[in-house]
Amino acid sequence: MRIELKKRDSLSSLFSILSPFIALGLTLIAGVILFLFLGKDPVKALYSFFIEPLTEVWSLHELAIKAAPLILIAVGLSVCYRSNNWNIGAEGQFIIGALVGSVLPVVFHGWESPLVLPLMLIFAMIGGAAYAAIPAFLKARLNTNEILTSLMLVYVAQLLLDWTVRGPWRNPEGFNFPETRNFGDYAVLPRIIETGKAHWGFGFALIAALVLWFVMRRTLKGFEITVLGQSARAGRFAGFSDKKMVYFAFLLSGALAGLAGISEVSGAIGQLRPVISPGYGFTAIIVAFLGRLNPLGIVAAGLILALTYLGGEAAQISIGITDKVTRLFQGLLLFFVLGCDTLIHYRIRLVLGTAHKGSAA
Amino acid sequence: MDMTQAIILTIMTAATPLLLAAIGELVVERSGVLNLGVEGMMVMGAVTAFAVAQLTGSAGLGAIAGLLAGMVFSVLFGFLTLTLVANQVATGLALTILGLGLSGMIGESFIGLPGLKLATIEIPLLSDIPFFGRLLFDQDPIFYTSIVAVVGVNWFLFKSRAGLRLRAIGDSHSSAHALGVKVVRARYLAVMFGGACAGLAGAHLSIVYTPQWVENMTAGRGWIALALVVFASWRPSRALAGAYLFGAVSIGQLHAQALGLGISSQFLSALPYLATIAVLVIISLNRRMTLINTPASLGKSFVPER
Repeated sequence: MRIELKKRDSLSSLFSILSPFIALGLTLIAGVILFLFLGKDPVKALYSFFIEPLTEVWSLHELAIKAAPLILIAVGLSVCYRSNNWNIGAEGQFIIGALVGSVLPVVFHGWESPLVLPLMLIFAMIGGAAYAAIPAFLKARLNTNEILTSLMLVYVAQLLLDWTVRGPWRNPEGFNFPETRNFGDYAVLPRIIETGKAHWGFGFALIAALVLWFVMRRTLKGFEITVLGQSARAGRFAGFSDKKMVYFAFLLSGALAGLAGISEVSGAIGQLRPVISPGYGFTAIIVAFLGRLNPLGIVAAGLILALTYLGGEAAQISIGITDKVTRLFQGLLLFFVLGCDTLIHYRIRLVLGTAHKGSAA
Repeated sequence: MDMTQAIILTIMTAATPLLLAAIGELVVERSGVLNLGVEGMMVMGAVTAFAVAQLTGSAGLGAIAGLLAGMVFSVLFGFLTLTLVANQVATGLALTILGLGLSGMIGESFIGLPGLKLATIEIPLLSDIPFFGRLLFDQDPIFYTSIVAVVGVNWFLFKSRAGLRLRAIGDSHSSAHALGVKVVRARYLAVMFGGACAGLAGAHLSIVYTPQWVENMTAGRGWIALALVVFASWRPSRALAGAYLFGAVSIGQLHAQALGLGISSQFLSALPYLATIAVLVIISLNRRMTLINTPASLGKSFVPER
């Protein structure tokens, strides 16, 4: 039995909408099999994984907190991936953004002013963008593979954060714990509503998604991103510069990752620690693809992936399975998403037997 | 064994997994496929090898299981990118994310257990050669495999008909297809070879290099192997040189940490990653050489016209 693909004359609009849902369905089925294999009641497990976190107000706030960095980063990455720039170092740009954004509340902690918070956000965006500029420069200038350089810089950023927090920025009154001093009130990102923990990071995420949706849909820049992504050559004929696009995509996604970093540190953690992210920068890659590289789709995808983080924690407590299941679910989901996207471009046919008119693959 | 020998030995041990994974990926990329999932296949190889060695009491079986695990994972990649023509970059990333998650889950109950170490095989007579004998001919089987892989792949790619066909596919899959070469089948085989090499490389980490299971124990080595392939400009002998260079850098930084030269350990730990970037930059300075050697179809999907 073989699988044969036949290119569709035009993209299937039905499967463009359906494919993410098919992928989600397949992931759930895989989840049922997995839980049966682990000897857990699959209904109970899936309930505590995907439904339970949605039943309480406080956990909805947690959902917004987790979704904020995912959406912010993924929206930036969607511009990268649409323009064929493979930035997979958002995790590093997140960390550097958080680090640079924390200069004021950690080093100049005596300066208490309403200016501090806006400056922190700006610093973080500059930091993230500057860090993303390294692979962008190397790609635009020397044609160095951006996938590998951006990824290597993640490890470097993690080590730099570790060194900073254990070394020069360690809290002098912190009993030698590897963490910085707590941010003062003026440096903490405000909550969206007073009664819940969700902070303005989620607001930034929604704004970024809306703005980029508009840019992609309605502006020349959006057209340029798409054209250069599909064919750099065609883009050059249209007078677009693929080199400038490298910088645009990387700087934008770096700035958004940096903003996500400082929002997480200032809104949710309140200080710098050796580890500040459970892999948001990598999970955001899944979010970008699940959202089909569409900013509004990414908002929905970000909420779903945020749910897997919460679900992992909930399932660990209520049915005693390891929270490693979260990573597994996330990986499976990306697999299914990529596989299902084939349905948009191709008709899939199962061919029984191997005899074929001489050109079998 | 004197000090110099001991240091060279540790460098060889550090280089072996990089070399194996790089040689495997080199063949994959020569066929025109970019599998960024090396890290995921490697970490699956590591956890499977450790687990099987624990359960059967045989490190040898562990190594074989690690190899098979990498291969099974690579078939997943092949199915998505070759059969369903999904984007290779994204699928490779998915493979890595999946591998890190699944290995973390499988390995949870093995954390902290003392592991089994793969025994060395002493080759009689040759191991008595002064200085080099002990280094080269009293090693674990995975080391021997890595050297055989370099020689074998070099012969295969540049001296055999099948290798010529594979390179032709990598340079232009449509032309190769027009000439009657079975593109998808050849690519599946290449991808599976790459998976087996990455799996065995991972097994080396958990049953030779540091016989234990630590989550994410590959620590970016799969990605470094990918960089080595570029550094080697897709030639096995240069991959050998590159892997040993990187082995030397990572062992050098460990010794520097132990000596406590007043340089922070984090900076030293970052050295292999910074060296990878530096190496990539140096290679891309010579744009002509890169252009000549890069398989022209690298990363492009192929759907046969029927």
